[in-house]
Amino acid sequence: MFEIVNREEMAQGTIVLNEIDAPRIARKAKPGQFVILQANEKGERIPLTMADVDPEKGTITIIYMIVGKSTKVFGSMQVGENYYAVIGPLGKATHIEKRGKVVCVGGGTGIAVLHPITRALKEAGNEVTTILGSRNKDLLILEDKMTSASHHLHICTDDGSRGHHGFVTDVLKDILAKEKIDLVVAIGPVPMMKFVSMITKEKGVETLVSLNPIMVDGTGMCGGCRVSVGGTTKFACVDGPEFDGHAVDYDELSKRLTAYQADEKISLEECKQNI
Amino acid sequence: MVEKKAKKEQTPRSKMPEQAPEVRNKNFLEVPLGLTPEMAMTEASRCLQCKKPACVEGCPVSVDIPGFIARIADGDFNGAAVKLWERNALPAVCGRVCPQEIQCEGLCILGKKGDSVAIGYLERFAADFARENGTAELPKVAEKTGKKVAVIGSGPSGLTVAGDLIVKGHDVTIFEAFHQTGGVLVYGIPEFRLPKSIVASEVATLEKLGVNIETNSVVGATVTIDELFEEGYDAVYVGVGAGLPRFMNLPGENFIGVFSANEYLTRTNLMKAYRFPEYDTPVARGKNVVVLGAGNVAMDAARTAMRLGAESVKVVYRRSRAEMPARAEELHHAEEEGIEFILLTNPTRFFGDENGRLTGMECLKMELGEPDASGRRRPVAVAGSEYTIECDLVVVSVGAQPNPLLTNATPDITLNRWGNIEADPATGKTTKKGVWAGGDIVTGMATVILAMGAGREAADSIHDYLTLGW
Repeated sequence: MFEIVNREEMAQGTIVLNEIDAPRIARKAKPGQFVILQANEKGERIPLTMADVDPEKGTITIIYMIVGKSTKVFGSMQVGENYYAVIGPLGKATHIEKRGKVVCVGGGTGIAVLHPITRALKEAGNEVTTILGSRNKDLLILEDKMTSASHHLHICTDDGSRGHHGFVTDVLKDILAKEKIDLVVAIGPVPMMKFVSMITKEKGVETLVSLNPIMVDGTGMCGGCRVSVGGTTKFACVDGPEFDGHAVDYDELSKRLTAYQADEKISLEECKQNI
Repeated sequence: MVEKKAKKEQTPRSKMPEQAPEVRNKNFLEVPLGLTPEMAMTEASRCLQCKKPACVEGCPVSVDIPGFIARIADGDFNGAAVKLWERNALPAVCGRVCPQEIQCEGLCILGKKGDSVAIGYLERFAADFARENGTAELPKVAEKTGKKVAVIGSGPSGLTVAGDLIVKGHDVTIFEAFHQTGGVLVYGIPEFRLPKSIVASEVATLEKLGVNIETNSVVGATVTIDELFEEGYDAVYVGVGAGLPRFMNLPGENFIGVFSANEYLTRTNLMKAYRFPEYDTPVARGKNVVVLGAGNVAMDAARTAMRLGAESVKVVYRRSRAEMPARAEELHHAEEEGIEFILLTNPTRFFGDENGRLTGMECLKMELGEPDASGRRRPVAVAGSEYTIECDLVVVSVGAQPNPLLTNATPDITLNRWGNIEADPATGKTTKKGVWAGGDIVTGMATVILAMGAGREAADSIHDYLTLGW
């Protein structure tokens, strides 16, 4: 079960793609939904939003950056090896409808999450402008796929090695100044989603963000992933992961993401010593 | 005869050997060590073998209690285990976690004047003996009927249904959302109260009998009930429990360091965070821990915190000791292990630092007023009694509600106003044809044995449906 049928290294091996055999999940998954994965029996459960699904082949695709112990273990697994557990599809699917002009903003591996949503928005008849951001040109992923999923595409890099030298928010501001946009979808690091939401709030443009809090079960039974949205506590795994970007308490989310920083370091060090 | 009875009444109830409190509050090994064969035979010989045994009426699955105890008294320990399995698929579990004081043992005639027979200890002894000596006899499986049953959830009720129906000759598949089977027995009840190897062994027995298990399957998300019918299942049993934690909706509840008991216990038990970094999942190790609530789950969380190295663990409860819902034995164990009880106290808000980490909790003192609908005296806040408890970890253990993940995906199942599935109390039938439900998803948070009792009744009803029609 959950065999890796295809594996690609992107961005000099720091970002990895796994296509995994999971027929039941592939049959049901919709854009915006995620899975929980566990590499082996001693592993932890990690949430990742699906970058793609192939219902006929019975596979799902995840793309992740190697940032700690678990993603390091995921990244070391080869074609033919199996994940111990893959659970899903979890969370609510993105509400896809024809809205008119839509801007999709993706940062880092958030682009992988944004991809199926962008494609679906285009298929639903929207005019899609996409803004992709990464630290440098080598870390930029899925450019081809995002190009075909959008009508217009902008690229930004922090170091100017590709496209606009600067942040996605610079390009977004320009677009919002020129055109009337009906919906913005922003997926990436918390600060990026926070600043995108601040900009769109001023203009009164509806904004969807996909949140990435710490999760354990992913089915609503623990509340580890709770976030404050519009002053109420929500469980991102069942009420989200997508929320109204203007209502999210990003500062609380950022802080909660640091809860296990010390332990994460211990775990990664221990794993490095064993390799 | 009279003399013999009097003698039995004078024999003191067996005490189970236990790990010493100052040793066990630093490890996750089981606390009570079990009876020796000699102790079990002595205890079994205290049973009066009543003609109309009251104890059986106190057992939700009507185990033939005098029957299995008589076999222990005769030294036929395997015979005792077989007798238990006639009515109870999980005796090693029930012997450990049932609240016997309000069930079988509460009705034992010896308890009227002295100490009741230690039925739970004896049940545990017989099941453990058969398992450890590998002498357990598998029940006979009836001829295959060709009917397929899907059991959703592998907690106590699901396991009971699966065990009953496989023996009756049906094909049974269990669908479990987690990567391990057992439900609350593996994610909730800690290792020191119920070793996970016992749950694994009980599940292995079901597999030997032919039960299929599909883990990592969230029914409602991975597959729906209607799709299971399309796949050829003839009946479905829903035993998904009450897995959704309640929070208190107080200011500061999202500070790092405030956890639901479900999260705290799932990390520790299911993900084995107490063995971090050998296992990858971390768990917060608080110095000054507060557990809110006073049920069995709260006791499990408090005792877990102590084992994870806390300097102080306080159970904060808004009523008084008499109203605490936890089992007497668990309260006693917790106290012995150094857990403090702060009663008639209710939190009002949490404090944190600039990094969003918990630093303390404001509380109000309470006093008991008039009895409420549940018959318990309602706690009333004492005005102006606010004070602060310093703490870096709070575990919220004030109950759970039904998880709507499955029911939202099954709109034609009728729910009550609390979100529990409506099921016929005698049979477990829901409003959807071919679907039964039982355990916490129907009753709200209750006990292992009540969930098993519901499973037993549903299994009988499903069998009738499959063999005779609705």
